[in-house]
Amino acid sequence: MLQFDFMRYAFIAGIFISLICGIMGTFVVARQTSFFTHTLSEIGFSGATFGIFIGISPLYGMIIFTLASAFFIGLSGERLSRREASISVFSGVFIGLGILFLSLSNKQANYATNILFGSIVGINITNLYSLIWLSIFILIIITIFFRQLTYNSFDAIGSQYNQRYNTLISIIFLGLLALTISITAQIIGSLLIFVLLTIPASAAKYFVHSLKKMIFLTTIFSLFGIWFGLYLAYLTDWPVSFFITVIEAVIYATSIFYQRIAALH
Amino acid sequence: MNSIINVHDLDLSVQGKQLFKNLTFEIPTNKLTCITGENGVGKTTLIKYLLSTFEHPDNHITLDVAPKETQYVPQLRNLDDEFPLSIRDFVGLGLKKAVFPWHTAEERLLLRRVLDETSLKTIQNRPLGAASGGEKQRAFLAQALCAEPQLLILDESTASLDKDSKYVLMDLIEQLVQTSEITVLFITHDPDLITRYADYELRLAHQKGHLLRKDKSSHVTI
Repeated sequence: MLQFDFMRYAFIAGIFISLICGIMGTFVVARQTSFFTHTLSEIGFSGATFGIFIGISPLYGMIIFTLASAFFIGLSGERLSRREASISVFSGVFIGLGILFLSLSNKQANYATNILFGSIVGINITNLYSLIWLSIFILIIITIFFRQLTYNSFDAIGSQYNQRYNTLISIIFLGLLALTISITAQIIGSLLIFVLLTIPASAAKYFVHSLKKMIFLTTIFSLFGIWFGLYLAYLTDWPVSFFITVIEAVIYATSIFYQRIAALH
Repeated sequence: MNSIINVHDLDLSVQGKQLFKNLTFEIPTNKLTCITGENGVGKTTLIKYLLSTFEHPDNHITLDVAPKETQYVPQLRNLDDEFPLSIRDFVGLGLKKAVFPWHTAEERLLLRRVLDETSLKTIQNRPLGAASGGEKQRAFLAQALCAEPQLLILDESTASLDKDSKYVLMDLIEQLVQTSEITVLFITHDPDLITRYADYELRLAHQKGHLLRKDKSSHVTI
């Protein structure tokens, strides 16, 4: 299986995606903004189709769209993004735009399928390099602002009063989330990004309670899902995102079961 | 009397409603001052306004304390029963001296001392979501103490607690004022706590404030 370049690239990409999802997923779950994450990934979809339409890489199209939205939402206050109605409006408009760009660019339908649902052969060496550079960039920013991001995510109200430049930290977080979504979409597709950004972290919080352990376990859950998913997709020729989703769902079910058992004792 | 906060002739209105007119008062340094007043009189609004003057100074207000030495413990926090972080890690969010993602040896020492002082040591590894109301309030206080504040502002921190937990928390705060040269501002409705613990009371009513000296020694222990 590893004699194929595309499989090797996908496995390497998996390492970086899980590292980023390990940290960002823990923050997303702490902030309880799973649905907003989903909206941002739909914005990413329209960004990718926009990229195809104007003839740049779909990855850069995604980054432009998600970063711009993150910045806009950061400035207008995160509260806006938690309103149910605004979420519906954003999702609808951006999926609509995505369909429009796709139709205007005259590409075949399988292009859309790849962006929406991910693909095992989606990553070539150029994609891999941009993915690795972006991941390293995200990791550096997270390292610099780790304490502030943690306070901002786990104690929104406390940090609002006791952390200076807290609004700026929120905007940095949303920017990081936008970049995370853009790179994660490469394998799992924009429609299912929230699977990797929310399920592993939601499962991990039932097993461990220290921040370090939560990040570590979330990374392991994501990596296991991606690698095992890639392997099964290779064997069966079924979509990789299907397998990743099912594996993460099983991990989540196990964590709920574990919590019930633990509560009995 | 040294004062950490000095307010003179302050007018404050929120959404067209005048809350205070020519408000003048001082908050004594290293004392426990309770802020009292009817619901809606503007206690929390006043505190939030005072805090906002760190970034947007107001000529009517002098704060003799740095922003990073000030900690505000808000009345409500949106933490549900499933809040996963351990008490230790939650308290540690207040450590802000170093910039590294990890805690330095000095910070770990401070964290251990604070957890000890607030009697959270034995339950430090439990998730905060599973803690009782009193334990949560002690954790909120502990987080603020990790920043080693000179000015600590507590907003109705005892409101949801039973009698015993209230006294545990207030004994701890009283001890802090005596031992670590901290100034505490405590918004409360509880006359019993004011009698027992307050050095001063800032009574807010009719758009004005009056600072009263309280005589704690006169209270009778039941």
